[in-house]
Amino acid sequence: MATMQFDLVSPERKLASLEASEVQIPGSEGDFTAMADHSPVLTTLRPGVLTVKAGSDVSEYIVTGGFVEVSPTATSVLAEQAVPKAEASADFVNGLIADAEAAAKNVSGPDLDVANKRISDTRALLDLI
Amino acid sequence: MASLKDLKMRIESVKGTRKITKAMQMVAAAKLRRAQEAAEAARPFADRMNVVMGNLAGASAGSESAPKLLAGTGKDDVHLLIVATSERGLCGGFNSSIAKKARVDAEKLLAAGKTVKILTVGKKGREQMRREFAKHMIDHVDMSEVKRLGYSNAQDIANDVMARFNAGEFDVATIYYSEFKSVIAQIPTALQLIPAKFEADEQAEAPFYDYEPGKEEILADLLPRALTTSVFAALLENAASEQGARMSAMDNATRNAGEMIDKLTIQYNRSRQAAITNELIEIISGAEAL
Repeated sequence: MATMQFDLVSPERKLASLEASEVQIPGSEGDFTAMADHSPVLTTLRPGVLTVKAGSDVSEYIVTGGFVEVSPTATSVLAEQAVPKAEASADFVNGLIADAEAAAKNVSGPDLDVANKRISDTRALLDLI
Repeated sequence: MASLKDLKMRIESVKGTRKITKAMQMVAAAKLRRAQEAAEAARPFADRMNVVMGNLAGASAGSESAPKLLAGTGKDDVHLLIVATSERGLCGGFNSSIAKKARVDAEKLLAAGKTVKILTVGKKGREQMRREFAKHMIDHVDMSEVKRLGYSNAQDIANDVMARFNAGEFDVATIYYSEFKSVIAQIPTALQLIPAKFEADEQAEAPFYDYEPGKEEILADLLPRALTTSVFAALLENAASEQGARMSAMDNATRNAGEMIDKLTIQYNRSRQAAITNELIEIISGAEAL
């Protein structure tokens, strides 16, 4: 099966760099799966779970905002925060929810919709871990 | 001339100082390695971010709807200088060189009739800037509680700056920090944060991406993150520079202390010799007088 280069980086460190066969990405416009020879896409992330499959190895990460760059040969995810799902605790997610709620306090208009979506996306993470 | 006892005490005290500076140097060396690793680890994210922002910003630079963070307010009357320094001293000219660069620029701006506002990060910079620009200081970020520099620290600063920008408090923001070149060279640098500048990579042909959502939305979403990334990169560079500067300053201090000990030891031995000779002369002349 064809593979592509996959990179997951956060501002503080590089979390993963490997040959992956498919990557499931929580895009802000909806989830999608990138495989080799995908057409070039640049999209933003919403808080969610990122799944990387390399052959039979599957790894999952909790990501918050950021963006994804997909090209036929490589997928790079630049996440503001990213942690392996196994290491994420409910406390961690609750912290993210608190951050999202704090961010929603001082905004209005269309920004408020964005902030509210972030809160509900983050809340949904609680069911996933 | 100082008595033998005084000399002995001075030698002991300088030896104590040398032990301290030697220890500080070694601590700084260990911290420097960690700071460098952190700066290294942050680089892929910042590089990637800059490339993408360069492509996006290049495309929307001319358009009317370009976000304010990128296009600016159209004026440059009020300047915000963010002066990032360390919390601790004893690191050579590190803090003064950053403060000096900021001071020179602030004076230039004031002479040109602009309004200057100063936001300091780190105690040492605040002390230096307060001397001349006390009435321009608007806020201070205390980093003394921060053990390990994280992205969230940069986020707090960036969010504060952006909130002020959105409230119309200033037109142009520049961050002053020290770029880490090597242990002996740290270069004070000014980086303009708002309006944001990205160097579009001319050579790399931008692939025809599908943008989801649209280009403008992505740009609006990423600009604050790019700004935070710039602040984070500046803070990391600063942390590495601080330790580098401290390491070479302490290395110098250790060497100077060694030289001083040598000098004092020679002086001590000479006076001891003189005292012995004196005593001998007294005994001999006493014996002769009998």
